[in-house]
Amino acid sequence: MIYIFYFLFFGFLLTAIIGLLASWIDRKVTAKVQYRVGPPLLQPLIDIVKLLGKETLIPAGSSKVTFLMAPVIGLASVILVSTLLWINNINPTKSFLGDLIVVLYLLVIPSISIIMGGFASKNPLASLGASREMKLVLSYELPFILAMLVTVIKSGFTFRLGEILTFQAQNGAFVGSWSGTLALIVAIICMQAKLALVPFDIPEAETEIAGGPLIEYSGSGLAIYRLMKNMLMFTVPFFLIIVFIGGLRLDGIHLLYGVLKYIGLVALMTVIRNTNPRVRIDQAVKFFWGPMTIIAIIAIILALLGR
Amino acid sequence: MSIKLKALLKSPWVFHLSTGSCNNCDIEILDCLTPRFDIERFGMLLVGSIKHADVLLITGSGNRKSMERAKRLYEQIPKPCLVVAVGECALSRGMFIHSYNCPVPIDKVIPVDVYIPGCPPKPEAIIAGVVKLIEKVRKSTEKK
Repeated sequence: MIYIFYFLFFGFLLTAIIGLLASWIDRKVTAKVQYRVGPPLLQPLIDIVKLLGKETLIPAGSSKVTFLMAPVIGLASVILVSTLLWINNINPTKSFLGDLIVVLYLLVIPSISIIMGGFASKNPLASLGASREMKLVLSYELPFILAMLVTVIKSGFTFRLGEILTFQAQNGAFVGSWSGTLALIVAIICMQAKLALVPFDIPEAETEIAGGPLIEYSGSGLAIYRLMKNMLMFTVPFFLIIVFIGGLRLDGIHLLYGVLKYIGLVALMTVIRNTNPRVRIDQAVKFFWGPMTIIAIIAIILALLGR
Repeated sequence: MSIKLKALLKSPWVFHLSTGSCNNCDIEILDCLTPRFDIERFGMLLVGSIKHADVLLITGSGNRKSMERAKRLYEQIPKPCLVVAVGECALSRGMFIHSYNCPVPIDKVIPVDVYIPGCPPKPEAIIAGVVKLIEKVRKSTEKK
């Protein structure tokens, strides 16, 4: 019973609220950087309500079931992964063996749902965007998993998120050490690609392939995709906070620190997004398999040496 | 007013279609996005795909080749949607009124909700036109 409460309240409701707020912060900061006023506070929510009220068009000749199922699969996996993270964050003893691996798998499924939706919609631009998304997933997953391996080594070869959290509560956050800092840098850049923000927004490049895999989506399908992306804007930084910076604590002054950690990561994401041009897909693959993987391997070696 | 329509008026996403214009109206439309005018504060965004749009912004005189496409695009917008004609050419074909290539004005082919005159209209005029459109929709639903 308590798990249903976690699922509905923390996994869906709280994550959605914080995610919508984060996407508003993102748009507002972008507007301020460009010397504009920016949208009002409730704008992300209004967008989603509006999209839910609109007609859902299914392109002729597309795979109907896959086209309609893909956004739901993505949203479900995001809700599941945020539930897992909240349970571990609130009560570290409730974790099971290997939930770090489960979280890593579930974080890939939103990208896979976008690929499915893109290929199912029978549009050449959507297929192009989906194939780019696929290449991007293949490129960033390697350094991301290597960076996660650093925390596994540093917390004494444990695959439980709860034990990683308790280890950090006793010995200080991993970001304080050399290997932890390097791994966090790699993970932040991979997060930028996971959320498809500007240096790596190759799959949905607005100006060249007009929205990419989501080009044929309208109405509630697009609303679910937008909600999924906004929730990912909370879930992925939250995962990095749990794994590297010691989790969010909800009591007393620690709540303020938790909020500051999260806002810091979102602000960093927005600043990276606003100060960089889009790279090509081959440049992105070279970047992730070259420098990022090398930095992640150096971090692993440092972690094995105990630094 | 229903919550559906209220949300639509608070975040109208705009798709910009040129049916053979001289590009002056298009430049003025892009000016609305610049820091000086910033239509994002009303929740408006310029979207790249017609399936995401709520407002179809048409410029140009509507020549034979492009009106077929304009009609097809109008059929593809998810309803409810609004249509805005920007510039003298879109209103009355402008100086091309006697041309062999522009047989009918745009509003004979697709229903237009608001007309914004000018050659080209200023960004202020475009924003004022959209505000009038929003007021019109709001009033028409209040009567019902």
